[in-house]
Amino acid sequence: MQFWLIQTLNSVAFGGLLFLLSSGFSLIFGLMRIPNLAHGAVFMLGAYFGATFIELGINFWIAALLSGLGVGVLGLLLERLILRRLAGNEQGQVLVTLGISFIVADVCLMVWTGDPIPLPAPAALRAPIFVAGFAFPTYRLAVLAVALVIAAGLYLLIERTRLGAMIRAGVDDMEMARGVGIPISKLYMLVFLLGTALAGIGGTLGGPILNADPGLDSQMLPLALVVVILGGIGSLVGALVGSLIVGFLYNFGTALVPDLAYFVLFFPMVLVLVLMPQGLFGRVPQ
Amino acid sequence: MRAIFSLLVIAVILIALPAMVGNEFYVNLASQVLIYALLAMSLNILVGLGGMVSLGHAAYLGVAAYTDAWLVTNAGVDTLSAAFLAIAVTTAMAALFGLLALRAAGLGFVMITLALAQILWGLGYRWADLTGGDNGIRLASRPVPFGIDLASPTHFYYFALVICSLAFVCLWRLAYSPFGASLRGARDQPRRMRMLGHHVWMVRWIAFIMAGFWGSIAGLLFIYYNQFIHPHSLSLQQSAEALLMVILGGANTFLGPIVGALIITLVKNVASSYVDRWNSLLGLIFVVVVLFMPQGIVPGLKFRWTQFTRRGRKVFVAAPAPPSP
Amino acid sequence: MTIHRRSALKGLAATGVGTAIFGAPGVLRGEVDPIRVGFLTVKTGPLASGGIQMEEGLTLYLKERNSTLSGRPVQVYIADTGGVPAITKSKAQELVERAKVHCFIGPLAAFEALAIDDYIRDTQTPTMSVAAAEDMTQRKPNPWFVRATSSSSQCASPMADYAAKELKYAHMATIADDIAYGHEMCAGFQQVFEDAGGRIVQKLWPPLNTPDYGAYVAQLKPDLDAIFLGFAGSNGFKFLKQYREYARKTPLLGGMTAIDESLLQQMGEDALGILSSCWYSADLDSPTNRKFVANMERVYKVDPGFYAAATYTNGAVLEAAVKAVGGRIEDKNAFMAALRTIKVPDTVRGPVSFDRYGNVVGNVYIRKVVRKGGKFVNAVVRTYPDVSQFWTYDPKAFLKNPVYSRDYPPARYLEQ
Repeated sequence: MQFWLIQTLNSVAFGGLLFLLSSGFSLIFGLMRIPNLAHGAVFMLGAYFGATFIELGINFWIAALLSGLGVGVLGLLLERLILRRLAGNEQGQVLVTLGISFIVADVCLMVWTGDPIPLPAPAALRAPIFVAGFAFPTYRLAVLAVALVIAAGLYLLIERTRLGAMIRAGVDDMEMARGVGIPISKLYMLVFLLGTALAGIGGTLGGPILNADPGLDSQMLPLALVVVILGGIGSLVGALVGSLIVGFLYNFGTALVPDLAYFVLFFPMVLVLVLMPQGLFGRVPQ
Repeated sequence: MRAIFSLLVIAVILIALPAMVGNEFYVNLASQVLIYALLAMSLNILVGLGGMVSLGHAAYLGVAAYTDAWLVTNAGVDTLSAAFLAIAVTTAMAALFGLLALRAAGLGFVMITLALAQILWGLGYRWADLTGGDNGIRLASRPVPFGIDLASPTHFYYFALVICSLAFVCLWRLAYSPFGASLRGARDQPRRMRMLGHHVWMVRWIAFIMAGFWGSIAGLLFIYYNQFIHPHSLSLQQSAEALLMVILGGANTFLGPIVGALIITLVKNVASSYVDRWNSLLGLIFVVVVLFMPQGIVPGLKFRWTQFTRRGRKVFVAAPAPPSP
Repeated sequence: MTIHRRSALKGLAATGVGTAIFGAPGVLRGEVDPIRVGFLTVKTGPLASGGIQMEEGLTLYLKERNSTLSGRPVQVYIADTGGVPAITKSKAQELVERAKVHCFIGPLAAFEALAIDDYIRDTQTPTMSVAAAEDMTQRKPNPWFVRATSSSSQCASPMADYAAKELKYAHMATIADDIAYGHEMCAGFQQVFEDAGGRIVQKLWPPLNTPDYGAYVAQLKPDLDAIFLGFAGSNGFKFLKQYREYARKTPLLGGMTAIDESLLQQMGEDALGILSSCWYSADLDSPTNRKFVANMERVYKVDPGFYAAATYTNGAVLEAAVKAVGGRIEDKNAFMAALRTIKVPDTVRGPVSFDRYGNVVGNVYIRKVVRKGGKFVNAVVRTYPDVSQFWTYDPKAFLKNPVYSRDYPPARYLEQ
């Protein structure tokens, strides 16, 4: 009983973290059709930024926001200076985002060296919470809560604001959106900023669990891709549901079928792709 | 005429390479370039000709290498039969994977190819009884086809050169054959192709199988050269590298994948001895190339060359083909 | 917890050209041909932190001796393999064919050693390895191989002995990276532990690059006497952090890389009281080691652990062997014979000698994490002298059995 409870909590907490990572990717790909393969690297960069800010004595939550800002600005530069020139050139986008991810990963290795840097969780959240007689790290639940808050915020943004309406228009039909006079260029910049900032914040928030670690980018990027595929591209709800599903698959999969640990995530993804290519909630025809 | 002349020059250089460079290390390096060039060329059937980006191409290299190594080491099969079986198994696998992957398009296709390769990668690690896990499988010695001992770097180089040249010729013929034309048509205008009566799915599936076939040949060369296969050769990193070689050099060109393979292999093996931050260097090359030569190095250079040789005259260059849905 | 200043310094230094020197003609000191050492390490990728420390250890050893061994200058060619077997092979070829090295130090990972096993035999290049792969010195021994560190299980066996006989543990679980290194280490532990009457009731194998160990912590049975950790690299640190977050109380026992000095300060209080076994401890109280530790702290601002001590010890082995052949490293057969037969009484890990398969016979220390002088150290609580890769088993009988793996010895006491 305890086992099921702990794993369930683990799953939703991990799902929350994955949402922070993959919501940005889903937004960017949904609107701009750019597969931002540097997304794992900017997540990792967010973790390192967070580590440095916290080291300087800055409050944890502010550090997360600052990391998001820092990473977001880099994302903005990337979009403005490089990706803009590659509109429609999917292969070029793959090449350049992978190139950026190489550079970011290598610079992180150079600046912060190869040892993992643990980010200290905020002091108030360090003591474990006791649920049904066992201890569970409070911080993980906090991450889940934050992810839900951010999800709600994003939902309001997308569904209730003019900006969100413009984004939705762009996702649904780019040509018409242009035709109606939506400032696509500004929209792109904003969405890319938002998407990468989310990853940066996610990196810092994930830091106390995952540590700022050189391998983080290549561990997280495939997970983000699986989430987005399962949930469907361009859909926030899809990103949330997909994150939770992946969280459950990861935790229960490794516990119940350890021999399939490496591909417990990929079987379902292949199934979904073969049966429902647009994902569970996808709005974008692939 | 000019094409034949340049082809002859290249052929002479390639044949005389071992004598020219003197040191065995460079001959070995050339062999490695050939192996990865073949892998990239095989992927280019999908990416360039077919317009389908695959992030799982390492699967064919890996499975062919593992099959061959296992057969020779554990089942005592002779070289020729093992090679034949390895190619057969891998090609059959490509046929199966193609059935699954072609259910999706665009990002979905990329993800299925990625997922299938990841499943194999996981099997490589976990099914240690078969694959040796992360100890891999070692090939005791290089094969000796027709009495030519491939253990010598120069012999191996010529062997690889012959095989890659044959592949090159075959792929060239393929690209300019009616099949190649219908594949490119399926890439550019699938709806029109269907309307014209072409079976788009079948064309793409056959291309998938061919890509797997030539990838398996690259896998055989790989295991013969390295005499060691490890799950890393099935990894996302390896697949991404192959894709990067194709895109860097220029998909949908002939020389593109070869140039891409050359650059990436040189940076990984040679530049890394002089530059600690060779990963950044590689990343920087990607970014710079894509900014100045968005279609890849070979088309970019061709463009600059035509600009250069026709300076003064405005030249209309056709817009790049739009990506297929 | 600090981000070490060495990171910024090294960052600045590393922006420029790498330290590999190829084609450069000899050294500036007269006509003496230098001893050329090919150093295979991993400086990029997930294994980088260990590889970088290896470089630090070797660089320090040679710097202390003015890059001169037995009167001859030493030139080290550093090759970054990225932890990819194909590149390891390529780099090995480059070192032998272009740089014309006389010997190898390294590689780091077991699969890298396996990838170049044939090449080492073909080119007859004496290799002082760090990689722990068991069969390289057991059932498929390479005559050009010596290993001054440890085979995967060599340090696990004394730990099992200590756990069963001293700590009186009877029910244990093992958790280790799902790679051959982890398999071999846990198998060795299990063999000795069960021979001493204990039972391994659970074995967990998280994949090497697991981002989150929460799922595994939750699976650990609640009523164990202890848990043995067979992690490599920084995974031990990551696991420990999450283990503490779940407020688990079962004692932990570490293998030789799970509680490494290089990460001990980051582990901090989480690690207090944990026992681990390794062939080295930064706390060893010999003049040689104290000098080593002091220099490492001064130059690199970090305590030496497994990786730095590995290459530092290899340096001592190299020096002793070079002395034994009177500086004539070119005589490969004599040099190799010297490598296998020398006894180096005073290395940072204590006395070192080699068995007939090229594997080290030396001390293994049971260490406990304590606070000393304001920082955390692995204090030595027990020394097992003259430990070989076969523990107390007869080598012939040992080699008749299959190699240690995930399923050998078979786990007969696993509980659901």
